[in-house]
Amino acid sequence: MIHPIPPGTRDVLPDEMRELRRLHLALIGVFEERGYGEVATPAIEYDEVLARGDGRTADTAYRFFDGSGDLLALRSDMTVPIARLIATRYAKAEMPVRLCYLANAYRAVRPQRGQMREFAQAGVELIGAPAPEGTAEIVEVLEAALDAAGLERAVIGLGDADLYRQLLAEFGVEGGARDSILGRLAAHDLVGLETELSELQGVSDDQVATCVALSQLRGGKEVLEEARALGGAAVERATARLGETLEALEARGVSNRVQIDLGLLRDLGYYSGAILEVYDPALGHVLGGGGRYDGLLKRFGIDQPAAGFALYMERVHVAQMEEESADGGGT
Amino acid sequence: MSAEVAGMGRAKAEGPLRLAVPRGALLGETLDALDAAGIDTSEVRGESRSLIFPGQSITLVTMRPSDVPTYVEAGAADVGITGKDVLLEQADRVVYELLDLGFGRCRMVLAGRVGDERLGESERRLGMMRIATKYPRIAERYFEGTGRQVEVIEVKGSVELAPLIGLADGIVDLVATGRTLEENDLEVREEILECTARFVANRVAHKLRAREVDGLAAKLRQGLAR
Repeated sequence: MIHPIPPGTRDVLPDEMRELRRLHLALIGVFEERGYGEVATPAIEYDEVLARGDGRTADTAYRFFDGSGDLLALRSDMTVPIARLIATRYAKAEMPVRLCYLANAYRAVRPQRGQMREFAQAGVELIGAPAPEGTAEIVEVLEAALDAAGLERAVIGLGDADLYRQLLAEFGVEGGARDSILGRLAAHDLVGLETELSELQGVSDDQVATCVALSQLRGGKEVLEEARALGGAAVERATARLGETLEALEARGVSNRVQIDLGLLRDLGYYSGAILEVYDPALGHVLGGGGRYDGLLKRFGIDQPAAGFALYMERVHVAQMEEESADGGGT
Repeated sequence: MSAEVAGMGRAKAEGPLRLAVPRGALLGETLDALDAAGIDTSEVRGESRSLIFPGQSITLVTMRPSDVPTYVEAGAADVGITGKDVLLEQADRVVYELLDLGFGRCRMVLAGRVGDERLGESERRLGMMRIATKYPRIAERYFEGTGRQVEVIEVKGSVELAPLIGLADGIVDLVATGRTLEENDLEVREEILECTARFVANRVAHKLRAREVDGLAAKLRQGLAR
């Protein structure tokens, strides 16, 4: 008899589990080696506590009342629970604190899209180490993790979370119009972006062109120069910051995989400063991401800079399999 | 050919860029735009029944326009061309919309029978209109956005049939010349939006094959300007 399980969840059988376990051990090994201690937190938290971390609660898809009437929620990532953990358990600890995890998180899915409601993430959080060195350290750990997973061709996109918010402020675009434009940028809808910006009062054609051109700049170090040529204080600030991060990465010898990407925009509400995304040519989807969230801990009562990343384990596993078959026969 | 198919489903950084080409109404103008961009389309124009046309730097993969977002989102095709109507109907597919190609211009409209007051009457007396369409999400969003209640009925074939034999009060459909509407005794009541063909890219290909994707977009833009 067939007993169904909810769409977006799945069972793992021994053949797959053996491979996943190897991958888990390899990644946690890399993290531990670099001083990141593994932690676990409950999958269920108070909704109020999770909402403190990320005001836009759209990601928190599963909420329920317990027997005593408290509103609980399933976590949608590990960054917010770890921020809660740091504030509660490490408030007086010597900084920086280095933690890592391998945990399931839960998000809403759209029907018939093969999206996972429950998925595993492996990642690290570095608390108390400011940019650019703190950022460079997590990129170094990410590089090592990708090596350990055998994803030699994987690329790390590096961008700046504040760039467009500041650029649009410079253009005098605020409020709802700004959020709508940021949405277009995040979706990379260039046609809509151009139309919508042009229709706004007080935004010149040059400014529209700057915004569109900026969102398309990605590549090596030369991209920073190309961006600077477009001018403006927001661009100057972002490129200076990216330049510093890149220098710190070069000093550690870990800039090879990094692609500067001024079009990068992650939609999680708590990012500030550097943001990361991971791609592999074997897969059409993003493998993971992260960045800085220097303001997040403050929402939990301790003012410390922080950065981290998370990899989607199922996707890393798919990419790993594709890379192996490419090595074997090749196309 | 089997090697081509075996690699499908995943993006790969080597080999020619895969471009999803829409069959059907957009095909002719798409091939003209590709020719103007310096891409050889003679194979596709020929008699071949193949779906995949390998080339030096670009492999053309032909498919239904409504499948283009699916293939591009998954990275099975790196880039593609399809109508804005398709992109709007499948708005939850994550593809990067890089360029308005300007051709394939048509309008998404609300239409009813000529001289027939069913649309207004149903809304006034029943509080609800019945609308047949192949674009249920665009239709729902439009009526929601204009504060009206409708029952959207999805049909797959000739949508003009629906109001003629009483399945629906009106239709939401794409019109290019308006001739089909006219021949079926239907008329445009409201314009919803205008659609043209768009050049789209897979998110990862846009990052990892930046030069090729940007190069192709630039060539298409130049070709259109000519």
